[in-house]
Amino acid sequence: MELHILLIFMIFAAIVAIEVNDLLSSVVAVGAVGFALCVAFLILKAPDLAITQLVVEILCLIILIRATIKRDLPLVIEGRWVFNTFVTIIFIVVFLFLSYFVFKELPAFGQPIMRVANLYLNEGVLKTGSVNLVTSVILDFRAYDTLGEATVLFASIIGLMAVLRSPGRKGKGKV
Amino acid sequence: MSLYLLCFLLFCIGLYGVLRKRNIVKIIVGLGIMEYAMNLFFVLLGYRTHGRSPIEASNQQILNMVDPVPQALVLTSIVIGLAVTALFISIAIRIYEKYGTFDITKIKKLKG
Amino acid sequence: MVNNKAGMTLIVKTITRLTVGLIMLFGIYIVFHGHLSPGGGFAGGVIVALSFVHLMLVFGKDFAMAKISRNLASNLESVGALMFLFVALLGFLGGSFFHNVIAKGKPFDLFSSGTIILSNISIGLKVGVGLFAIFLALVVLEMAKKE
Repeated sequence: MELHILLIFMIFAAIVAIEVNDLLSSVVAVGAVGFALCVAFLILKAPDLAITQLVVEILCLIILIRATIKRDLPLVIEGRWVFNTFVTIIFIVVFLFLSYFVFKELPAFGQPIMRVANLYLNEGVLKTGSVNLVTSVILDFRAYDTLGEATVLFASIIGLMAVLRSPGRKGKGKV
Repeated sequence: MSLYLLCFLLFCIGLYGVLRKRNIVKIIVGLGIMEYAMNLFFVLLGYRTHGRSPIEASNQQILNMVDPVPQALVLTSIVIGLAVTALFISIAIRIYEKYGTFDITKIKKLKG
Repeated sequence: MVNNKAGMTLIVKTITRLTVGLIMLFGIYIVFHGHLSPGGGFAGGVIVALSFVHLMLVFGKDFAMAKISRNLASNLESVGALMFLFVALLGFLGGSFFHNVIAKGKPFDLFSSGTIILSNISIGLKVGVGLFAIFLALVVLEMAKKE
């Protein structure tokens, strides 16, 4: 029941974030969606995720506000607007309608098929010695995926530093 | 079941923002909302009714824990989402310096 | 010592001087106890990055860059990534890639889980310094553009 109320709040905040004209209000509304998601993770019994989502949301808000403040937004509506919006909404409605049939095939909410996870839950403490089972899954049973994640983080930080470099020296033959 | 549909509606709101908005910052906001919806969907799949969080206690044996595998996958996804958002913001700042506007239709028309 | 020309007002600077060390200590605590309580390398690393960002927001860019410059941030992040790879290769001593080879003590001890604590430390270092490097790159661009 609490999850339904929280999800409806998130949907309202997302509609405000997309539709409002002011950039600062839009960024604040995205922050509200992120904090409500942190509370949802707590209700779904995932404390690791709640801590990580909270601090990542704070850092994301700081970066968004710092980078986009004081830039204006002229709003212009030009032709073919009605047709484009109509086609997008038709597409989304068809998407939602077909997804109803897909969600009937999933297991009911609250009864997951834990075929692999039963092995991790029963032998986790014995084989890895770690009491926090999510950490033992990340760093011992599935450590290769964490290596892939570290690589993606590294590559995106290098890409960001390359994009934001000051323009190079002119006239020294540097390509 | 209705929870899955509400989560998917959140994803579709983000998708509408990416497809129909002309300001680059609104597109980034829509992308962020899509990421939140996907993380929530994964954790919803692994929830067990009246389950407990997957951390052992020293004085009792817990028999009904929720699924730890989707939580492990979402943990890395949250941090990757932050890095991708920061990269996207840096590209948007460079575009603003070169063209003077955040509007994507004006960027197509100005050349060089 | 109190420089009122750069950064925020005196009240904010005094409170920051008292609390920024505690924030970094809390981040290191979450990294070290990743296998005993919720948290781990990722959350703790982001909290350490937040303590540096706090320092930069309150005291101005020059003060924070004197603590960790751009070159030092780049090098520390690479050291973190290489350390994680080294811990993975250590598993070859036990039989396969990423094998958990260090002895495991009793559950609920601090040093009880083999290579998990080393992996947590290297990931915490990498994520923390890397996210602060992102912030440095964004702020240096802002300052360079205003001149």
